[in-house]
Amino acid sequence: MAELDMEQTAKDLVDKATAAGASAADVVVLEGEEFSTTLRLGKIEKLKEAASKGLGLRVFIGTRSASAFSSDFSSSSLEKLVQRTLEMARETSEDPANSLPDPALLGRYEGDLQLYCPDIAALPTEERIAWARRAEEAAMAADVRIRNSEGSWYESNVGTKVYASSAGFVGSYRGSYCSVAVSPIAQAEPGDSMERDYWYSVARSVAALEPPEAVGRKAAERALRRLGARKVSTRQVPVVFDPETASSLIGHIFGAVRGDAIYRKASFLTDKLGQKVAGENVTVIDDGLRPGGFGSRPFDDEGIPASNTTVIECGVLKNYLLNSYAANKLGMKTTGNATRGLAGAPGVGPKNLYLEPGTASPEEIIRSVKDGFYVTELIGFGVNVVTGDYSRGAAGLWIENGELAYPVHEVTIAGSLQDMLNHIEMIGSDLEFRRSVTAPTLRVGGLTVAGA
Amino acid sequence: MAANDRIFFDRYGLSQADLERYLAEALSDGGDYADLYFEHTTSTSLQVDESLVKSALEGISVGCGVRVLAGEQTGYAYTDDLSSEKILKAARTAARIASGPASVSTVGLSSVQPPSNLYPVVAPSTERALSERLDLVRRADIAARAYDPRIAQVRVSYADQSRHIMLAGSDGRIVTDFQPLVRLSVYVIAQEGDKLRSGSHGGGGRVGLEFFEGDRSPEKFAQEASRQAIVQLDAREAPAGEMQVVLGPGWPGILLHEAVGHGLEADFNRKGISAFSGRIGKKVASELCTVVDDGTIPSRRGSLNVDDEGEPTHKNVLIENGTLMGYLQDKISAEQLKTTRTGNGRRESYEHIPMPRMTNTYMLAGQDDPDEIVRSVDRGLYASHFGGGQVDITNGKFVFSASEAYLIEDGKITAPVRGATLIGDGPTVLTNVTAVGNDLQLDPGIGTCGKGGQSVPVGVGIPTIKISRLTVGGTAGRGMQSFT
Repeated sequence: MAELDMEQTAKDLVDKATAAGASAADVVVLEGEEFSTTLRLGKIEKLKEAASKGLGLRVFIGTRSASAFSSDFSSSSLEKLVQRTLEMARETSEDPANSLPDPALLGRYEGDLQLYCPDIAALPTEERIAWARRAEEAAMAADVRIRNSEGSWYESNVGTKVYASSAGFVGSYRGSYCSVAVSPIAQAEPGDSMERDYWYSVARSVAALEPPEAVGRKAAERALRRLGARKVSTRQVPVVFDPETASSLIGHIFGAVRGDAIYRKASFLTDKLGQKVAGENVTVIDDGLRPGGFGSRPFDDEGIPASNTTVIECGVLKNYLLNSYAANKLGMKTTGNATRGLAGAPGVGPKNLYLEPGTASPEEIIRSVKDGFYVTELIGFGVNVVTGDYSRGAAGLWIENGELAYPVHEVTIAGSLQDMLNHIEMIGSDLEFRRSVTAPTLRVGGLTVAGA
Repeated sequence: MAANDRIFFDRYGLSQADLERYLAEALSDGGDYADLYFEHTTSTSLQVDESLVKSALEGISVGCGVRVLAGEQTGYAYTDDLSSEKILKAARTAARIASGPASVSTVGLSSVQPPSNLYPVVAPSTERALSERLDLVRRADIAARAYDPRIAQVRVSYADQSRHIMLAGSDGRIVTDFQPLVRLSVYVIAQEGDKLRSGSHGGGGRVGLEFFEGDRSPEKFAQEASRQAIVQLDAREAPAGEMQVVLGPGWPGILLHEAVGHGLEADFNRKGISAFSGRIGKKVASELCTVVDDGTIPSRRGSLNVDDEGEPTHKNVLIENGTLMGYLQDKISAEQLKTTRTGNGRRESYEHIPMPRMTNTYMLAGQDDPDEIVRSVDRGLYASHFGGGQVDITNGKFVFSASEAYLIEDGKITAPVRGATLIGDGPTVLTNVTAVGNDLQLDPGIGTCGKGGQSVPVGVGIPTIKISRLTVGGTAGRGMQSFT
């Protein structure tokens, strides 16, 4: 469907809903094409290609609301969808906070966010396969100890999103991304224990991807450095998070500042606005305007134009991240963080959320540690943003006298998010926007490493 | 076939001739095998938060996935439009994995139905009045708030689905199934001063609403979630380091799912990239341990009449008295490993390529008295409820996170401790199992497993067991060093 036709579909459905008795309604229409291929040891293992579309409807009857989704765009089916959704809405509760945003707030950012590049759709299938093949070849050729591979991948997605509401908004935008990844397996000698790692590059255009050979070599290096890993004894030491693992900490901060957690008092940062929650060196920004950013978009999923939000400034909590519902609950103004797929009411999601970089190089940070843990992988779900309790499985390298000395596995790191935020002892200069939630290398104090 | 099973023929006008035509198109470039996976899923979700019914959502998802196998290669395409034009287009796209003239043709299609229905449901929950379903959610909310004045926040979610599937394979099989699924979950926060603690519980299965009665009533789930949160108000820091660990029955079976289950999925093993690769016939657990993956338990969340490749599910023995017996197979792995399929080829939806997945994974009961097991531990950790877990298949390291745990001191369960992650090594952790209780329990039926971007419902179970050595990831580092 052309973008304008999709907008028309969305507007028509909003009109159908209001004509049928909804006091307000909004609609999301999504259309997309996905491609993915997996190669393993040079052979194509999987090749997948598909196009899909869908729509999500939300209706209001006063302050009651309900939602529905479908991939059937036929007029008779949409008629039934509207009726059924209205019936459901009548059974939900009156909720004074439940409404579409104030029409005065609606709009779109008119600058070029560079969310879409036609080179992704134009890339011939053979070349897509070649990206994955080249990445794996480079990984396998990097060292004789790379003896196997879980596979290599090239994936791409292009799609259009439309949002329309009875508050008078209709808008759409296109987005695209592609990625190349490889996961090699290292083994000192055949028959020995194996270590797997991975590396990847993801971008909004093929031209912006890192060369597959560089991705493959880095993946091999990451797998090789894990060989011969051991446990360490239990102790409290400085922990250095590489940018991949440091980014997960910013993800936990997001979990603690999202408006729905705040109005439910389900966050350790509830009622902390204006208070010091982190060291003075910590500033966290949610940037909606970053060109090419994976969290950038001209308007959020309630039609609020993109903007920047300062979450933590020099250690002081400045803003929560809100959609209109959470904003209404808290008596605040939405920050344009509404996010919605096809199913259900808008949730809260990050734009491009990052911790501002510092001045130290990652090497300087490692050199600053006499006895500590450089973490390159975290596994498990042992984080509770209600209490701030933090306990996760970890792997990485031990730091001795400022040098990466030997690989470590089968240990946990534990502490509390509160303490971690207040003990970010060094911040790296190596911030990259490889994902929508990101951080540079961080040295954090006050954590317990548990092992043997 | 039962009335339900004809949905794709009756409502979408498909005929057997259509299926043959689509399969022929899928095999037109020389593929060895092709299948069509039709899916029609109706789903509902409801949520009560702050005692308000804040969200009600209904959706219909309809589509067809076309898969073509050529040797070890898979071509896949799908459409959310069941018109001939779109399915043929998907078939042509999937066909391109092979190169050459068509060499295989579909053997006469005929219906192969599983012998019995593991989940006969008189009235699917998706067809019950919304008010009946909302009633369950409201009852849980009320019960949680009544449990203790310190219960400050309650969120209850209900989700159901009615999934019709039909698989037509070029080997001639047409298999249909109707797969109901329902679950109710309660999440609460207890508050005392500025101290906040959370608890959660719930239940469900391939059942109708009549499931939520007696011990499985919304009130019971709410009380259990609330009990956990209140216990946590008094919890102290969890210990850190290696120690003896006793797992309670039921949910802690997540240990098996992470430590051995994933590593035994055949896709990893045929590629030689699992820590369990090449270990069939070897000892991977103490003789007290027998672990099965059983997709045939009636009404369970992880059960299926047939897997998503049309193969009947089985009760598969993974570890018998400590010896590794076999892997979990899908079609492509079983063919390559020259063994039989085990009914573990599963997919999240028609948009996804099937792969080996678990169903209900549990350890058989042993001889030991659970109280005796606790009494035998001088100092250690007793863990009774867990949140999620994860595993690195290749090196075998796994974690799972305790949400309710206590210290064991002098053979008695004493102080509750804060949530902590436990970490271990899959191929060796079960060799350290020194006692297995006689109290096997399955989980209450709300588990979901993620792998390769696909989520599927699963179950776990375990009796009380003692592990002589496991690393506990708490923060009370120094005080607990005497444990090792």
